[in-house]
Amino acid sequence: MLASILSLGGIGLFAAVTLGFAAKKFAVEVDPREMAALEVLPGANCGACGFPGCAGYAKALVAGTIDLNQCPPGGADVVTKLAHILGVEASATARQIAVVLCQGDNRKAQLKYRYLGLEDCTAAQRIADGPKTCPGGCLGLGSCQRICPFDAIEMTADGLAVISRENCTGCRKCVAVCPRDVIHMTPYESGVHVLCNSHDKGAVVRKYCQVGCIGCNICKKTVPDSYKIENFLAEVIYEQDTEAGEAIAKCPTKCIMDFNVGYPDGSSYLPAVADKPHAA
Amino acid sequence: MKLKTFTGGIHPPDNKQWSSHKAIENCPLPAEFIVPLAQHIGAPSVACVEVGQHVAKGQEIGSAKGFVSVPVHAPTSGEIVAVESRPHPWGTALPAVVIKPDGEDRWSAELQPADPSDLSVDDMVEKVRQAGVVGMGGAAFPAHVKMSPPPEKKIRTLIFNGVECEPYLTADHRMMLEEPERILRGVALLQYVFGAERVVIGVEANKPDVIDLLEKECAGTPVEIMALQVKYPQGAEKQLIAAVTGGEVPSGGLPMDIGVAVHNVATAAAVTDAVIHGRPLIERICTVTGPAIREPKNLRIRIGTPLSHLVDVCGGLVEEPGKIILGGPMMGFTQLGFDVPSTRGTSGLLLLRSEDVAAQPEGPCIRCARCVQACPIHLLPATIAAYARRDLLAETEEYCAMDCIECGSCSYVCPAAIPLVQAIRYGKAAILAKKRNS
Amino acid sequence: MHAVFYSLLPACGVAVYFFGPSALTVLLIATLGCLATEAVCQRLMGQPVTIVDGSAAITGVLLALNLPPTSPWWLTLLGSVIAIAIGKQVYGGLGSNPFNPALVARVVLLISFPVQMTTWSVPAPLGTGLDLVTTATPLGEWKNAVMLTGKMPVDMQGSMSEYFFGNMAGSIGEISALALLLGAAYLFYKRILTWHIPVAFIGTVVLLSGLFWLVNPGKYPDPVFHLLTGGLILGAFFMATDMVTSPVSVKGMLLFGTGCGLLTVLIRLFGGYPEGVSFAILLMNAATPLIDRYTRPKTFGALSQRGTQ
Repeated sequence: MLASILSLGGIGLFAAVTLGFAAKKFAVEVDPREMAALEVLPGANCGACGFPGCAGYAKALVAGTIDLNQCPPGGADVVTKLAHILGVEASATARQIAVVLCQGDNRKAQLKYRYLGLEDCTAAQRIADGPKTCPGGCLGLGSCQRICPFDAIEMTADGLAVISRENCTGCRKCVAVCPRDVIHMTPYESGVHVLCNSHDKGAVVRKYCQVGCIGCNICKKTVPDSYKIENFLAEVIYEQDTEAGEAIAKCPTKCIMDFNVGYPDGSSYLPAVADKPHAA
Repeated sequence: MKLKTFTGGIHPPDNKQWSSHKAIENCPLPAEFIVPLAQHIGAPSVACVEVGQHVAKGQEIGSAKGFVSVPVHAPTSGEIVAVESRPHPWGTALPAVVIKPDGEDRWSAELQPADPSDLSVDDMVEKVRQAGVVGMGGAAFPAHVKMSPPPEKKIRTLIFNGVECEPYLTADHRMMLEEPERILRGVALLQYVFGAERVVIGVEANKPDVIDLLEKECAGTPVEIMALQVKYPQGAEKQLIAAVTGGEVPSGGLPMDIGVAVHNVATAAAVTDAVIHGRPLIERICTVTGPAIREPKNLRIRIGTPLSHLVDVCGGLVEEPGKIILGGPMMGFTQLGFDVPSTRGTSGLLLLRSEDVAAQPEGPCIRCARCVQACPIHLLPATIAAYARRDLLAETEEYCAMDCIECGSCSYVCPAAIPLVQAIRYGKAAILAKKRNS
Repeated sequence: MHAVFYSLLPACGVAVYFFGPSALTVLLIATLGCLATEAVCQRLMGQPVTIVDGSAAITGVLLALNLPPTSPWWLTLLGSVIAIAIGKQVYGGLGSNPFNPALVARVVLLISFPVQMTTWSVPAPLGTGLDLVTTATPLGEWKNAVMLTGKMPVDMQGSMSEYFFGNMAGSIGEISALALLLGAAYLFYKRILTWHIPVAFIGTVVLLSGLFWLVNPGKYPDPVFHLLTGGLILGAFFMATDMVTSPVSVKGMLLFGTGCGLLTVLIRLFGGYPEGVSFAILLMNAATPLIDRYTRPKTFGALSQRGTQ
């Protein structure tokens, strides 16, 4: 009994001493700033910064080879913290979020054919340019939803991707994966968007979509500074969109929307700033 | 004696009984021809006529651009009413020449018959190029390119594809039965061009009438008629070569690497027309069939005839079709509507009812290995598809995705209804895109 | 899927004939237990419940066929929960499990509850009014004798025809070779089974056990004994051929079957357990991904091919 206690204790002691010695002797020097930077980064390893994961970005930050504002998911908050850790001046960046510029779900926009293949927008796009007649509309097969690291995208029952203003961190993964380029990066402050991505002429758009932009110029006439029309498609000029909301009521196809007031139909995302308090 | 064939493959119901007994009929001229300028693999041709111009039958309306390209000709005499983008069988709108027939159907005076004994090999290849002859099996690869192999690749065996392994289609069947001399003259011309020692016409055993007839016709000539087991995809080039010669075309290689060239029997007939009669490729045999058409027929159609006209000629629709397919059910192109024209590769128009194409929801793969047994290229389709769907391109390529011929056998046998071919095609496209970018 | 279910009915019928209501109870508990576990797991994971596809029911029946007819109800129920939850659903459900779920459950039970799992009984055919009497399986009898004396037992309990029709001690499904072969023939007819795995499996067992028998017939039993007793037929036709857990290529299937046969004979003749079919199949299940990797069919037109690069 005593022998076994002694021998086991001895082995334990020896191992402890050896490990302790090794930890001191062979310790790898890590810049404490790197650890601190890693602490404040979001830790989603989304790759938006261009490095393999947050650790890689932290390392580059400490090495001073990259700007502080390369982490869109972290936003301004993280930039301030990083600036504090690294002892440099923080350059303010406006928060950018992704928006699906389309409201044409399977009820409102016409389908060219019934698609039965892989649940993937890129695969569907390869078959006669996708099942939607509209060349720019959301295909609704959810490739962006699956790739989003922050669960910020939901698919409505009628097949439309909707991105939450609050959950989107601006990592741009959805922008890269969308085969129809219907997801655009916009300033977080701007809630008003023209939700259409079709450059077809108005008469053509009307044939396949109830809620497409027909390039009628009414919004531009109402608020000349806030809108531009290119190739039969209106777009909000985000730098000067303070008055853009005034055109919403005048849009004949109801394709302008203020996300501060509401999201497209079928989305369960609540308005970011509600007019009246919502239950739960 | 056991008939020859390849390993793998499937046995779909051939459904040729709808039209195999119907003699070829000449399709009347439609009110308007839409002749696409891109009808072949390679660079599309460029329109060389203007709106308002009057053209004669057989006159060149689109000129070839580059070596792997062929000209396009007017299917009848008439007036050019438009040169614009029109819906194309490939799924998008592509440039086409629209012709309003004048009803005279007058041949261009420039087209003159020739005596083949006066012509050199190069003359013949040039005539074939000018006539716009392409592979008529469906892929529509320019024939003159295939007829000009590099000198170090000696073609010893010339195989003619009379297999017609796609279900429903009977166009080649009827042509071999009704116009054997047109095909056999082309066979002889092509044998002369290639200098091939062995010439084989491969026909599947479900066409005994054709085998009997061709054997009679070819008695005393070096042309060999080979009956093959009925199996899909025997008409695929590599599989046909394996069935006839037992040789395998190397992965990533061409038939000429093992001294073989394959042509469709309909291509041989087009070569006859081009070389001997001096006539361009403006018509072909097309099977209009399927449960949704009232009267299935084998038609001799002009290239550019709109599908709606073919439906009218065949008595109209029984019901609204669930699927419109140009070509056969296995490898044909599904169409969005009847406004697209037929092209040189249009071997058939298949109209299925909604109940024939009822889709089954996709289930999980239980590794039953039916796709492995069916794959004529001996791949592991389910494995490749699973890698491709996860965008694991290195693994997709390592499992030889690029060797896939997209015959659809795996999707056909899959009890879980997994879209295997689509996934593999998706993977192949991604691999190619990655290679282009790097 | 349903064809597999039908093909197991003869074996179930024979079991109920020989072992009476207790076999029927085990069958019912196992099947219902598996269906319930599948439903609960899928509900918990927020997936559509797919118990109508029949795969869970088949696992249940196969599990029951692998249990002794006198298994207590809790043992059977525990087995079905293990089979579905640990053997199948944790890996992602149908098609993703590396091991045969029914065998996973059987082996877990065998190791955890050796007494209950090796209490066999003499068949008491319906109508004879006999009670189930505890005894050993023929293989167990042989192993005991060899362990004790190093020789074959003097009088084995049954004749070969009794073994063939199923009148012997054993688990519910393994007793009647005839009933199992009937079911297998149906599966062959429906083209659900291919010959490769069963033939390689049984062939290897017959060859290898025959070799030992020729060397020392006083100690080792003959191949027919190996074939008809124990779970070889059940294992070779219904368990090893599970598509999910066996290789996909012809070469791979042959290799898989041979490996199963080899391990079965080794365990039966030299291992601690009298029966080795379950262990053999599970071990080869584990080797399946490796076999698949090294037996990839040669791609059409490939000049030379290696398994990996």
